[in-house]
Amino acid sequence: MKKMKAADINETISWQDITLGAEIYEPATSRYVQTGEWRVMTPVFKEDKCKQCLLCVPFCPDSSIPVSEGRRTDFDFYHCKGCGICVTVCPFDAIDYVREEK
Amino acid sequence: MINMSDKTVEIRWHGRGGQGAKTACLLLAEAAFFSGKYVQGFPEYGPERMGAPITAYNRISDHELTVHSNIYTPDHVVVVDETLLHTVDVLKGLKEGGILIINSKKSAAEIREMLGGYDGKLCVVDAERISTETLGRNFPNTPMLAAVVKASGVLDITRFTNDMRKSFGHKFRTKPEVIEGNMKALQQTLDEVTVE
Amino acid sequence: MAIRERMSGNEAVATAMRQINPDVCGAFPITPSTEIPEYFSQFMANGLVDTQFVPVESEHSAMSVCIGASAAGARAVTATSSAGLAYMWELLYVAASSRLPITMAVSNRALTGPISIGNDHSDSMGARDSGWLQIYAENNQEVYDNFIQGILITEATRLPVMICQDGFITSHGVANIELLEDEKVRDFVGEYEPEEYLLNAENPLAVGPYGTAPYYMEVKRAQAQAMKEAGTAILDVARRFEELSGRSYGFIEEYRMEDAEMAVVAIGSSAGTGKAAVDQLREEGVKAGLVKVRVFRPFPAKELAEALGKVKAAAIMDKAESFSGCGGPMFAETRSALYDLEQRPALVNYIYGLGGRDVTVDHFFHVFRDLEEICSGGEVGEVYRYIGVRDGGAEK
Repeated sequence: MKKMKAADINETISWQDITLGAEIYEPATSRYVQTGEWRVMTPVFKEDKCKQCLLCVPFCPDSSIPVSEGRRTDFDFYHCKGCGICVTVCPFDAIDYVREEK
Repeated sequence: MINMSDKTVEIRWHGRGGQGAKTACLLLAEAAFFSGKYVQGFPEYGPERMGAPITAYNRISDHELTVHSNIYTPDHVVVVDETLLHTVDVLKGLKEGGILIINSKKSAAEIREMLGGYDGKLCVVDAERISTETLGRNFPNTPMLAAVVKASGVLDITRFTNDMRKSFGHKFRTKPEVIEGNMKALQQTLDEVTVE
Repeated sequence: MAIRERMSGNEAVATAMRQINPDVCGAFPITPSTEIPEYFSQFMANGLVDTQFVPVESEHSAMSVCIGASAAGARAVTATSSAGLAYMWELLYVAASSRLPITMAVSNRALTGPISIGNDHSDSMGARDSGWLQIYAENNQEVYDNFIQGILITEATRLPVMICQDGFITSHGVANIELLEDEKVRDFVGEYEPEEYLLNAENPLAVGPYGTAPYYMEVKRAQAQAMKEAGTAILDVARRFEELSGRSYGFIEEYRMEDAEMAVVAIGSSAGTGKAAVDQLREEGVKAGLVKVRVFRPFPAKELAEALGKVKAAAIMDKAESFSGCGGPMFAETRSALYDLEQRPALVNYIYGLGGRDVTVDHFFHVFRDLEEICSGGEVGEVYRYIGVRDGGAEK
């Protein structure tokens, strides 16, 4: 049994090779899972309207609003599921909510 | 007195919750353990409330004890509260030649009368009086324990007395007057009680 | 030199815990196991251990504490009974499937319906499929010895272990015991040094992931394999424990089985009562024997088949119902274990001792009389039987 990283564990793995107790030998492996693909509606960040109050950041259930040096940047679309909570909580109409064209 | 033998001695205790019958039963197990015996001391759990009748048991032997059942045909029966005579059949299963040891201010004749003319062996101990005289309060456990040891003959009295002095000394090391009081209670009981 | 003492089974477990000095104990009181955390709290208050004791608001939380502690890399212990064990149910599976070493003392008590505080095995028997190892004790000595061994067994197998004893009967019964010296126990269990654990910043770890359909079954199959292989560790620890204590342990204990024609199979304190019946019958020339099951998980199928393959008839005693309509859990598994034998003994099942119903030497005489009849060619008839129950005659 190897000390596997998330990337090593896939649907071909046998019971003999699966890790003990399904442990994964690295932390925070959810960042490898592309949940952004589930999105139907998409938030659109309007930087010109944003006052950088950062209220949207703690409300985001998927930690998909990156903050850098005290300022939010555009969404992390690899993980954003398009729930729209940020759109609702934004006091400055700085986030649009549109159907995504795939 | 019965001679010490190599057979297992089984004792059943009757008391009321909160009176210390279970504690006395465990004290007897402890005393027998100090005497180098194999012991069991265990209560039978029923309604766990003050005043409810409770039963506890001892097995004492020179051999390892494997039986884990209650005791139905005891060699001796101990009654810590005489009011139980009205509600509990304390003599049930008592072996031929076995002793009923009872805490009471009544005379042996009165107890026999209460038990419908019981003519088996009987040992009456006024644990309250002895305890009050020696300890200044009603702590019946030490007199009851001493009465059982003397009446049953299950332990060597000299060794028992020495072991108990050590045991009290350990338990009450901060209260030397309690050690002496308990030893007096023990000795007075050993001197006083008889089996008839 | 061993220390000769006298104490109850609960105090024996608490003493083992004190000597082991575990990292974490999460516990919630429930009769008849309450004394274990009670004694242990005193040891803590007196500075005899440096365990982190976590008093919680429920058994669900007590097991959660143990799971968290074990995942973090701590040696975790707890104790419970009856409804407390039932309230842990969900977490029992979490602990086992996450392969977290935890040692849990169970003072066996009936599950409610009707309400009862009396002893039987319905609590731990109900949890028999949770993936926990289960080791049962006949008396206070065995539960003490088993608890100490349990620490090493759970860490070697990475399967959590229940160390069971009969509630009240041995948990509250004071009897002789031989304790090991503190340092000997500490040396025996050593320091717990898990390879991987959550509080290891150098090698971060994720525990308890979501097991989607493509993964769940592989995890379970691996867990089943661990249970199949657990016997090796159990025997290895037993061998080392014997070197330390002189007391030997296996999966089962065979009592006067060498030339036995009939046998009783029992778990826990009743096995001791059964031994007294066997001794007396042997004096009368009856070839009676007894098999005590110490390890119930993993189930000692091979050992039972070997022990019982030699007898003509055996009675399997179950201190728990399973309401299968055709026998208790011990019976079902023992009968299954014997199926492949070319020469099978006749097997009958007795449900006994439920909800604190006392079990006497006479009950065992009764069982052996039934077995004698079967041995001498009598019809076996109904195999699913009760003993010690008031019986008003024919079934309706």
